[in-house]
Amino acid sequence: MRYLLLLLLLVALPVQARTITDSTGRIVEIPDDVTTVFAAGPPAAILLYIMKPEAMTGWPRALRPEERAYIAEPYRDLPETGRLTGRGGEANLERVLQIEPDLILDFGSVRDTYIDLADRVQEQTGIPYILIDGRFENTPAALRLLGEALGVPERGAALVEDVEATFARIDAILEDVPEEERPRVYLARGPEGLETGMKGSINTEIIERAGGRNVADDGGATRGLVQASMEQVIVANPDTIVTWDPNFFGKVFDEPLWQGIDAVEDGRVYLSPTAPFGWIDRPPSLNRIIGLRWMAGLLYPDRWEGDLRAETRAFYELYYHVDLSDEELERLLAWAEGRPPN
Amino acid sequence: MGRGTTAELKGSRRGLTLTGGLALSVAVLAFGAVMIGPYGLSPGQTLAALLGQGESQAEIVVWNIRLPRVGAALLVGAALAAAGASYQALFRNPLVSPDILGVSAGAGLGAVAGIFLSLPVAAIQASAFVGGMAAVGVVTLVASMVRNTDRTLTLVLIGVVIGALAGAATSLLKVMADPYDQLPAITFWLLGSLAAITTEDIGPALPMVLIGLVPLALLRWRINVLSLGDEEARALGVEAGRTRFLVIAAATLITASVTALAGVVGWVGLVIPHIARMIVGPGFGQLLPASVLIGAGYLLIVDTAARTMAQAEVPLGILTAVIGAPFFVWLLARGRRGWS
Repeated sequence: MRYLLLLLLLVALPVQARTITDSTGRIVEIPDDVTTVFAAGPPAAILLYIMKPEAMTGWPRALRPEERAYIAEPYRDLPETGRLTGRGGEANLERVLQIEPDLILDFGSVRDTYIDLADRVQEQTGIPYILIDGRFENTPAALRLLGEALGVPERGAALVEDVEATFARIDAILEDVPEEERPRVYLARGPEGLETGMKGSINTEIIERAGGRNVADDGGATRGLVQASMEQVIVANPDTIVTWDPNFFGKVFDEPLWQGIDAVEDGRVYLSPTAPFGWIDRPPSLNRIIGLRWMAGLLYPDRWEGDLRAETRAFYELYYHVDLSDEELERLLAWAEGRPPN
Repeated sequence: MGRGTTAELKGSRRGLTLTGGLALSVAVLAFGAVMIGPYGLSPGQTLAALLGQGESQAEIVVWNIRLPRVGAALLVGAALAAAGASYQALFRNPLVSPDILGVSAGAGLGAVAGIFLSLPVAAIQASAFVGGMAAVGVVTLVASMVRNTDRTLTLVLIGVVIGALAGAATSLLKVMADPYDQLPAITFWLLGSLAAITTEDIGPALPMVLIGLVPLALLRWRINVLSLGDEEARALGVEAGRTRFLVIAAATLITASVTALAGVVGWVGLVIPHIARMIVGPGFGQLLPASVLIGAGYLLIVDTAARTMAQAEVPLGILTAVIGAPFFVWLLARGRRGWS
């Protein structure tokens, strides 16, 4: 009986498999043909939707009404699957097993916690789990790696070309701008606008990549998201403020405390659209590529050559698989000019 | 209150001197705190700005940022310490803090719900205030339905239950919140901070705290009697139930107002009354003003540290816990002198 079981197991093993090395050097065995992928969190879901939407098994969080129009029809109503974040994640491993994905994908931080989580989930479920570094610098490598894993290398290559072209355009205009002459940018988060990401955090790396200097910089002593005080913002006196919070954006020009800050005095406070995903962050994934172009245009209006209307239309088509109607495009552009939809 | 003996009168004179000294120290501290901050201002420039003779940006920093923040720190510290002292007397237990009846948990739930719904700041604060009041309202209501001889024990137990439920609901909202947007805001709020305080924020909180402090001051003799126990209080002609209700209502109003302002700040209402007791003794008449002043000064020092220690803000609730918890252990180790 036992031998029979063993024999059955041997027969049931996948006949063909290949290995792939993820960003953390973990060597993962994956099936030849990956048709379904479980995204461990929002950044991974966005990357997967861009790369191979038909492989999606769900969204970590169901789409909000204002986001739906900007996602291709077949994927608007995918089920909500929750996040896999180790302890405190709301995705249930049994649910993941029930979905039976060929692969679990996580995109973002590659710190030890996440490596450990990947190993544990892989061991518990037997489903291969790949972890990809979500930083800007790694974007081309991430696209190539995933193109390989999902069996869509051409798609990966096409996106790499677009991302690298974007990086190159920005680098070209930054070439002769010394560090100390670059705009001083503050990324305002939270309802008060007093939450921000320190320089070097994944939430604010777009500032440096677009040619700005993050004013929340203490030489790397603090990491990640922090609470700032009004006085610190006044001392930092940024000449540009970027936010995605319509509440904060709506009141910043009337708040007496913010009036003395250069960015507010010069009207250089900008609101990022957040449909279907944020342009500058929220979450930090490939959705930031359009934000990068938008921000380069804000920071270097005289040098940046690019028509936001055409770029937005092309980006949404290439990345999000949607052909925007004029009205949908208008809504986004108005949003990027500080008139969010209600 | 006309019931004093000569000994008590002497004691109160000494108490007055002490109270005056404390008040003076707090005033000096407040003046010092206005001088300190990341925006480099010399004492001279600060004075000029205070008198309206400074540069416009310096005046904004001093008048609209530092003064509201110093005021808020004083208010929050005073309020939490007053509520803590009242509760410790009421429950005859030195281990009681203002959130024993679930006010912080309720306020936390209210604020988190506000952040979850992406409401503007004023609405988040209002939601926190309502949440705190509602939680204690539910506790007193349920406790009044429970037929039990020991009123205080019933109150405390139901407070624990309602607090736990509110905490669970808060956690549920955290799980449902957007991890890249709302969750950090929720986390920062639950850690407590005065980073975003403006003059407009203090506007609604100040009268509420004063309204809550008045009955506590007027009832100080009865609260003293209550701390002897219900039986003794009845023998002395104090209606325990009504006084208890008034004290709870006042302390809840105070705590909910400042929690709506500052987020959840623990360990102040628990520790400060002990320090006050070491200085002025257990009589509530002197304990209340001493707690108010020491609490105000203490939180002012801690918040000034929170805003100047590092490049980023250090959440207030973390600092108060880091300072308060070891101090409390030390107090316990010293034995319970000064309580009875």
